[in-house]
Amino acid sequence: MNRLRANDWLFWGSVLACYLLQLMPLPQALLPLKPWWLALVLMYWILEAPDYVSLGRAFVLGLVGDVLAGELLGEQALRLCVACFILMRFRARLRFFPMWQQALAALALLANDRIVLFAIRAVSGEAAVPASYWLAPLTGMIAWPWVFLLLDDARARARVRES
Amino acid sequence: MALTRNEPAPLFSPDTANTLRLIGYLALAIGLMVIDHRNDWLTRVRYAASAAVEPMYRLAALPSRVARSAGDAMSDRARLNARNAELERELLLAQARLNRLQSVREQNERLQQLLDAQRSLELGVQLARIIDVDTDPFRHRVVIDAGARQGVAIGEAVLDAHGVMGQIVEVLPDTATVMLITDPAHALPVKSERTGLRAIARGNGALDSLELSNIPISADIKPGDKLVTSGLGGHFPAGFPVGTVREIRNDASGMFALATVAPSAALDRSGEVLILHNLPDPVGPPAPAPAEGPPAPGAQTSDPDPVKRP
Repeated sequence: MNRLRANDWLFWGSVLACYLLQLMPLPQALLPLKPWWLALVLMYWILEAPDYVSLGRAFVLGLVGDVLAGELLGEQALRLCVACFILMRFRARLRFFPMWQQALAALALLANDRIVLFAIRAVSGEAAVPASYWLAPLTGMIAWPWVFLLLDDARARARVRES
Repeated sequence: MALTRNEPAPLFSPDTANTLRLIGYLALAIGLMVIDHRNDWLTRVRYAASAAVEPMYRLAALPSRVARSAGDAMSDRARLNARNAELERELLLAQARLNRLQSVREQNERLQQLLDAQRSLELGVQLARIIDVDTDPFRHRVVIDAGARQGVAIGEAVLDAHGVMGQIVEVLPDTATVMLITDPAHALPVKSERTGLRAIARGNGALDSLELSNIPISADIKPGDKLVTSGLGGHFPAGFPVGTVREIRNDASGMFALATVAPSAALDRSGEVLILHNLPDPVGPPAPAPAEGPPAPGAQTSDPDPVKRP
């Protein structure tokens, strides 16, 4: 029970940190490189503690992200649902990949998300995207091992403290 | 999956159930997007949730603000002194210019009275600060720290010291969102200061350029021409600097010329902006005499220093 509570804190804390990181300003040149933190963190939770993330929760978290970012309502919710569904499907395989293969999987996932987002924007009438639009998945790939190690370490510490 | 299934025979296998649920959520999301696209639900939701949204903005902007003030604290005395001296010099220069313009303004007023022109050129402006949050790097919007409670309304023009920055597109109680003139969805009517040629300046997604499309090839426009707002269309008041023409080439069809413009406002993160309260005079006959009585609540509340334009 107690351990569950520490994990709860960690889950919601990581989600909140994602929202803040998403809004955080960066120098102009780095802006297009900003990875989609929410997807990376949810990827961790789906792989390691799947009880925390259901499609419904992904949808709601995405909606909150939409309200914060002021984009089209439902845009992030849709993207997040797609990403989480793919992750849940391939969870059994992804879990036992070595780190670099997981990072490649994150790249594929985020690139797929960019395509989904591109389709949404095209339908809603904002077709033109600059070339730098496609760079964010790369930084997401680079960020994945660090997100994984950080969250895994925090979770292990929480477990040790309680046992 | 630590889920234990005790039901004797689930209607769908877990996989299919998941797929069905995904389809359901996707349909829901698409429905939401369509509705939002048509009737702007998001703005209303955001307004209702602003008690939660605005603190998040301020929290997210905190690190950069701390970094900046730390930078201020660390910068050495000599540099601050130099900067101070420079600013004083600039102020002196501006003051001198202002004094000269004062006489011009008086003369102008006198002449206008002679002409019986009732149009006032006084501007109600309000200072606001940009909150350093980034909602989407591919849309050019900034958040400022003044909102409905400070008397900001949708459609008001936003300027900085050098020129037009954009316009207010969304207002929350204590913050507002500004669409910059470089946003791909933004366009504003401009005219060339030198020749009076009218055109539409559209954002093209790059933060340092605007596009003038559909200019006749024979039009008199050349690199270096200064563009100001023309005031047509009624959204921006006339006469504010927008940018300088950088280069001109033929567009893809070859029928028209296409000019690239360097915006004169410092769009990449300027700290403070001016919100212009009174919208330009509507096109057409003058409005009836202003009604006497108390001013409408919320209008022109904080207007400490109305800048007068000569």
